[in-house]
Amino acid sequence: MNRSTIDLWVGIFVAVGFGAILFLALKVGNLITLDRTPGYHLEASFDNIGGLKLRAPVKAAGVVVGRVEAVRLDPKSYDAVVTLRIDRDYQFSKDTIAAINTSGLLGEVYIGLDAGGDTVMLNDGDRIKKTQSAVVIEKLISQFLFEKASESANAGGGADQASPKPPGKTAEGARK
Amino acid sequence: MSTDVVNGIAYWLRRLGGAVTGVVAQLGYVARFLVAVLWHTPAAFRRIHLTLREIYFSGVLSLVIILMSGLFVGMVLSLQGYETLKRYGADEQLGILVALALVRELGPVLAGLLFASRAGSAITAEIGLMKTTEQLAAMEMMAVDPLARVVAPRFWGGVISMPLLAALFSAFGIFGGYIVGVRLIGIDAGAFWGQMKAGVNVWPDVTNGIIKSLVFGAAVSLIAVFEGYEARPTAEGVASATTRTVVISSLTILALDFVMTVFMFRGANAG
Repeated sequence: MNRSTIDLWVGIFVAVGFGAILFLALKVGNLITLDRTPGYHLEASFDNIGGLKLRAPVKAAGVVVGRVEAVRLDPKSYDAVVTLRIDRDYQFSKDTIAAINTSGLLGEVYIGLDAGGDTVMLNDGDRIKKTQSAVVIEKLISQFLFEKASESANAGGGADQASPKPPGKTAEGARK
Repeated sequence: MSTDVVNGIAYWLRRLGGAVTGVVAQLGYVARFLVAVLWHTPAAFRRIHLTLREIYFSGVLSLVIILMSGLFVGMVLSLQGYETLKRYGADEQLGILVALALVRELGPVLAGLLFASRAGSAITAEIGLMKTTEQLAAMEMMAVDPLARVVAPRFWGGVISMPLLAALFSAFGIFGGYIVGVRLIGIDAGAFWGQMKAGVNVWPDVTNGIIKSLVFGAAVSLIAVFEGYEARPTAEGVASATTRTVVISSLTILALDFVMTVFMFRGANAG
């Protein structure tokens, strides 16, 4: 095997190898996604973020428009503050509602944005005022059981103590 | 009576101490050997064709076994993954399963194990036989440093080949998974690639896989050249050195993989 043949084969090998790495990066991985496109940051605070993870998608009408970049706890209000990175191409009005949703029963947790009708748009660093927290299944079950129990307790007497709701903030109440 | 017991305990303690100091001394010796190899690297790279030749022997000639294994591993992974995912109605997630398993773990680890048995053993046998037939001693007589002429090119040939082989293994595995998942079973091709793209990240998944394969390449190559260079210069010595290369490299790969996975993906999975 002379030297030029070896050089040729090594050249082919290295080229094909880098091709494979490129294939893994571009076709398998999401190298060209919203991460690279210019974006701006929005903040939203939630009572409870449930199973939201970093890099979870932010969707508007089902279309991915950004990613969750950071999650931290506000030390004063004990709310979870989520930083969203939104693609520069998409603008959202001031009265946009951010909700933590789950796609399917076992599916991924994402943040859904419902655009409002306000003409003033959110800018970099702004905070989304209206939010809906994640639905915690345990809470729903306990609420359901509590309602059933109070229903049967009030079955004979007057129903003046109707629908006791667990203490929740206004945004959570709006969901029901 | 009691002195016997004391003597017995002292004997076992001495053996334990001897074993520990032996291991530490061996590790120190390997580390010094690595430093010596790195020190002679510039001299080896000045004659780049030596390294290219080793890339040819370790990398190009390993291609067939790596590609075939990758293809079949991907196909089996796809078949088994589908059977399980189907129970939860999540069979469209097959792309993620195949791609993540290959890119994060199976690609680097299996390619590393194959590389250790295919190329590592050959390197050890070659250097060991050179030592047995006193070719290394002859080189020293001619003022040619065998570390620069023989050892360093083989080491770097392995380090350079390994990440490329692992990437090819993963790529062919994903292709095998595609063949079984989409062509045979009939999962939607768009879902297969789309879910894969959504679930696999370049950082940390793909980059960490490449880092892993680089580390495995360095470990296997170092073990292979070390065992060859330190082989007893007899036929039996070369045989046992070759066996040791495969055994030690395989165990090292699995242990290193566990340690690196703990550090790399703990945060990523917890989110």
